[in-house]
Amino acid sequence: MKSAVVVFPGSNCDRDCAAAIERSTGSKAEMVWHAESELPPGLDLIVLPGGFSYGDYLRCGAMAALSPVMGAVKQAADRGVAVLGICNGFQILCEAGMLPGALLRNAGLKYVCKAVALDLVNGQTRFTSGYGEQREAVMTVGNGEGNFFADEETLDRLEGEGRVVFRYRDNPNGSARGIAAIVNGPGNVLGIMPHPDRAYEPDLGSADGALLFQSVAAAAA
Amino acid sequence: MKVKVEVFLKPGVLDVQGKAIEAALGGLGFKDVADVRVGRVISFDSAAADKAAAEAEARRMADRLLANQVIESYRVEVQ
Repeated sequence: MKSAVVVFPGSNCDRDCAAAIERSTGSKAEMVWHAESELPPGLDLIVLPGGFSYGDYLRCGAMAALSPVMGAVKQAADRGVAVLGICNGFQILCEAGMLPGALLRNAGLKYVCKAVALDLVNGQTRFTSGYGEQREAVMTVGNGEGNFFADEETLDRLEGEGRVVFRYRDNPNGSARGIAAIVNGPGNVLGIMPHPDRAYEPDLGSADGALLFQSVAAAAA
Repeated sequence: MKVKVEVFLKPGVLDVQGKAIEAALGGLGFKDVADVRVGRVISFDSAAADKAAAEAEARRMADRLLANQVIESYRVEVQ
């Protein structure tokens, strides 16, 4: 699998993502600086990592969504390349209009950092086909603005079209309908608030995130 | 001209900071307070030709960057 991890100023999970890809799939990821206007050719996966891009100025992800690299990311997504936005990456995808909705301040006002149990709602996506019969996953969240919001009509559409991919078992941040991850219409752009990049081997407390990277790799093979 | 763009969460979008401040105000004895909302103001100098042009430009800025219209609404003031 050929993959790239975009590095924004303020990203802090970029190397976790690269390590997760390598340990889960055996392939090395290329790091791409946000100021690049082109991506390496032939990519199967682009990861927008977690962190605090541009210091969360204005709104989380708002500045990163306007970075030069995002034009290339959008074009690649339009061509069908898998794009995975984790945490701040999810916020960036929403701000860039590549996913519907927005991430609000957590309902409890606190930054939440802990392992959470997730229900796999759609195991048929390019990101989740590798979960097989497994219908739950444990990953950690680490967010202050992880409270997924969209209007009721959008939420109904997301649910109706099978685009809710993971749901929190115990909602840690007030997300609408407990949504932890959604996918775009064509199914190649996933936004997920919990961190698969922090759950790729048992020593990290969970290896359930590895399956997500392996799913993308299998789809690319 | 001085341009101010006020951005607030839309009505119906839970403003948790507003709720916390409202509770704190209640604790201080300000009992007549309801519906506290927290927003932000972005202000700048504009060299646009006239007030209407400055306002139109500020609206374009708000639509593209200053506000996220999924969750926020905005108001432009030109002086």
